Parts: sequence; structure tokens; C-alpha cells
Amino acid sequence: MKKYSLLSLARNALSYHENWQQAWRSPDPKPAYDAVIIGGGGHGLASAYYLAKEHGMRNIAVLEKGWIGGGNTGRNTTIVRSNYLWDESANLYEKSMQLWEGLSQELNYNVMFSQRGVYNLGHNLQDLRDIHRRVNANHLNGIDGEFVTAEEIARRIPFINTSPDSRYPILGASFQPRGGTARHDAVAWGFARGADALGVDIIQNCEVTGIRRDGGKVVGLDTARGYIETPKVGVVVAGNSTTIADMAGFRMPVESHPLQAFVSEPIKPILDTVVMSNAVHGYISQSDKGDLVIGAGIDAYNGYGQRGGFQTIEHTMAAIMELFPIFSRVRMNRQWGGIVDTCPDACPIIGTTPVKGLYFNCGWGTGGFKATPGSGWVFAHTVANDQPHDLNAAFSLERFITGALIDEHGAAGVAH
Amino acid sequence: MFLIPCPYCGERDESEFSCAGEAHIDRPLDPDALTDEQWGDYLFHRKNPKGWHQEQWHHTAGCRRYFNMLRHTVSYEIKAVYKIGEPAPEIEQ
Ligand SMILES: Cc1cc2nc3c(=O)[nH]c(=O)nc-3n(C[C@H](O)[C@H](O)[C@H](O)COP(=O)(O)OP(=O)(O)OC[C@H]3O[C@@H](n4cnc5c(N)ncnc54)[C@H](O)[C@@H]3O)c2cc1C
Ligand SMILES: [Zn+2]
Repeated sequence: MKKYSLLSLARNALSYHENWQQAWRSPDPKPAYDAVIIGGGGHGLASAYYLAKEHGMRNIAVLEKGWIGGGNTGRNTTIVRSNYLWDESANLYEKSMQLWEGLSQELNYNVMFSQRGVYNLGHNLQDLRDIHRRVNANHLNGIDGEFVTAEEIARRIPFINTSPDSRYPILGASFQPRGGTARHDAVAWGFARGADALGVDIIQNCEVTGIRRDGGKVVGLDTARGYIETPKVGVVVAGNSTTIADMAGFRMPVESHPLQAFVSEPIKPILDTVVMSNAVHGYISQSDKGDLVIGAGIDAYNGYGQRGGFQTIEHTMAAIMELFPIFSRVRMNRQWGGIVDTCPDACPIIGTTPVKGLYFNCGWGTGGFKATPGSGWVFAHTVANDQPHDLNAAFSLERFITGALIDEHGAAGVAH
Repeated sequence: MFLIPCPYCGERDESEFSCAGEAHIDRPLDPDALTDEQWGDYLFHRKNPKGWHQEQWHHTAGCRRYFNMLRHTVSYEIKAVYKIGEPAPEIEQ
């Protein structure tokens, strides 16, 4: 892999940028691998990267049914934060945050990680109590955060509506300064390029259609490009997790829902941070191109169609209007949906399964983009060692039998 | 937005309804007799099919009654609605 640098930029400018090497190869699948990752989203590609880099597994492949990053990775609103309430999740997301902080250098690829801070607004007394509790819990876990009053919010975010007369008045917020956004496509492409350089085969247009087992153990995969033999399979397919679990013959606690996002026409810089509200349920930031990036809640029914219902759009826009009346005349440019894999406790499942050699990394639901590097890091450890890392041990599939759930729903107010 | 034919009220907009998840999950008659696996399965595991799905809906802003619906989770086509207690219509996946 040729390194990207100022010098390489200058050199390629001389040849009109026509001679850049391709960022990753497109090899034909080999008949057998030491391990295969199903799903070429950010999490799958990160898993492959860390498997190769940290665990020396180079004879591995990522199989993607469409194009890499074409799932939720390329469809999300890119909010990154680590201020979760419970120790288990705080530690996991904070591991990810620390990897984000060095990721562009690590990958030699600009993932445009922008620590512009994230505000989570409170609109009533109980919200404020929960925010104080969460900020304090974050401090105990060494995670940055502060409580911000409504007056201070009005000073820092010029156009937000902090009027006490509004239907759901803003009373305060938690603020995580190290939170922010990243460029979603770049995350997929950066990990793909890094993994490819370490010898990982990234195979697109290759849907997995069957999981072959022998005596409760994985032996290979049926794919759109033929049979591939492998003793280890890491499944990282977000909204399609149940489909793969069905192939392997066990049941999952995840359900697939559409989640929509929106971008507006580009406007001049007006919002330099990320604002989220669970009570009115909407969140907003402004991309470097100038468009407002907006999202809210899932469509309530199960669905695999990557689109959503109109009443959810109305609800989202109503929430944004409540927070920023000034945006009422901004026009929306595009709208789309992704299929998120929600879990009963709003926490991921990262670990072993009833089938030996088959590992699952799913259940990130509406909030897994922020976890991309950390998720790949712990999952690589799990696949390589056939057991979880301390950081993901609590996020097992067995917790739905033992009852040791990690109740982030509500507690952290898991918007994204 | 779906146009949902409530078996009691007729066709109404989706915004009048709430989706109440997978249908035909029987509450165990004797929970104490179940293993942890069986209880966990009842509480948490769901079919989540990519295809035809039998689900419960509630006409929240209408008659406030529950009913079942056969709906496709990719095309979102609504094939049938039927009352609680009635058998599910047959369908080829
Ligand atoms: C609208 C929206 C907004 C969001 N906003 C945020 C946010 O602000 N912050 C945040 O942290 N998170 C957010 N999320 C959640 C986040 O996007 C996801 O949790 C995360 O991107 C999941 O990454 P992934 O790599 O696991 O999944 P994906 O990127 O979906 O990758 C899974 C891949 O598996 C492939 N696949 C599926 N089945 C097969 C098969 N049988 N064979 C081969 N390949 C297969 C798919 O094609 C897909 O590319 C949002 C999600 C959506 C939809
Ligand atoms: Zn009705």
C-alpha cells in the first residue's frame, strides 16, 4: 500500500490525479480461509482489520452481499459519543472513542473525525435528574462530560429555542466535549484499505446463503460465488442478523426495523455541534458540506425495506422545529432508511453462539456507528481466541437466558 | 404510510395504530415449570422474518382493540387482518 501524504498528493497532481493506486483489490474468493467475516459494513471491515493487525490472521476474507458501506454504515447520521450510563457500555464505547481519536493516523486515511461535542437535552425535572446521574457516572468511569444550564446552552448554540414558553422547554443538557461526528463512508473505506493492505480479501457482491455445519461446528459457507471452506465465521450483518441465525438454526432476540435519516439543502455554517433530544425525539448536526443532518426514531413495525413511513418523517421534522424554529424554511434534499437490529436491552450482542466457530456481532440497533472501531477490536479478539475480551464479555447472547441484561434503554436514553 | 383495514372499523391511516409485535406468542401457563432457556425464549426471542409476518396491531386512536395482521416485511404488503382467536390465514413464504 502506498501511503497517502502531502508529497503523494503533490506528485499525483502532476499527473492530473489519474494514477492513484486503487484503494483495495477485488480478488476472487479462495476455496478456503482461516476465518470469514460476513458483512462489509464498518464493523465487519474493522473486525477484519484488527484480526489481521492485532491477531496476525492474514488468510481471511470479508464477504459483502452488496457494496462495502452500503448498509447502515453509509446511511447513519454519524454521531459519536461514549457517555453511556452503565459501566459495561461506558467502557465499551469509551474504548471505541479512544480508537477514534487516533484512527485517521492509524489507517492513514482521513475519517474526518470531528470532536465538535454532543449535547443531550433535558426537558423536564426527571430528564435533569437522569442527566446529572449519567454525567456523574461518566466521571467515575473517567469519561468527560458536564451539565450545562439552559442559559449556557442559549449562549453556546445561538439559534436554539430555549424559551421557557415552548411546549417542551429546554432546561439543561449533558455535554460531552470529545463527542462529535465522523465521515461514515471514509470509515468503511479506510478500514477496507487498511485490511486489504494486510492481505484481507474483500469480496463484494457475494451474498452468504447458507452456513454448513458438521457436528455443531461451522465448516463452510454457501455464497453467491460458490462454496467457501472455513472453521471460523464472524457475522456482522446488522439488520440481517436473524436471517443468518435462521441459516445456523438458532433464535435471536433482535428485531429489524427501518430507521430514517434526512439531509437538507446545504446552507452556511449555523450549527457547530451535535444536538440531541430524547424527549421531543430528534437530533441534528451540520455536515462539512453545509447540509443539516437529521434523524429521529425507528418505524415501529418490523421491516427489511430500506425506507420508512411518512408519519415518522412528520414526527422528526416536528421535533427539529421545536428545537430550531429558524430551520422551518430549510428544504430537505434527501431521505432514506436503513435496517437496524434492535435488542430488548438496547445493547449489542458480541460473542459466541450455540454453533462452534460461529460468532455474532449485532444488536447495535440505532447507535452502533460510534462503536465501529471498538466493536471491530473486541470482535477480532473474540473470533481469534474463541472467547470474548473483558470489554465485551457482558454482551453475550446468554444474557437473554441468565437475565443479566444491560439496561441502557432509557438509562442512557439511547438515541444515537 | 400504511392503509390498515381494522377488522372493526375499516380502513384507517397507520398513524391511528400502534404495532404490538409478533402475534401468536402464548404466555406459558406454568412459568415456574420452565427452564431459563424456555423463559428467555418466551420473553426475548422473536421470529423477525424477512417475508410474511404475523403481527399484532392495536387501533390506539380508534376502537382501541387488538387484532392480527399478515404483512410482508420487505414489500410491506398487507395480505389479511383477522381477529384475536381466529386462525392465521395460510401463506406460502
Ligand atoms: C438512519 C440511521 C441513522 C443512524 N445514526 C447513528 C448515529 O448517529 N450514531 C451511531 O452511532 N449510530 C447510528 N446508526 C446506527 C449505525 O448505523 C449502525 O449501528 C452501524 O453502522 C452498524 O454497522 P455494521 O457494520 O454492523 O452494519 P452495516 O453497515 O449495515 O453492514 C452490514 C453489512 O452486511 C451485509 N450483509 C447482510 N446480509 C448479508 C449476507 N447474507 N451476506 C453478505 N453480506 C450481508 C449488508 O449488505 C451490509 O453491508 C444509525 C443507523 C441508521 C439506519
Ligand atoms: Zn378499530
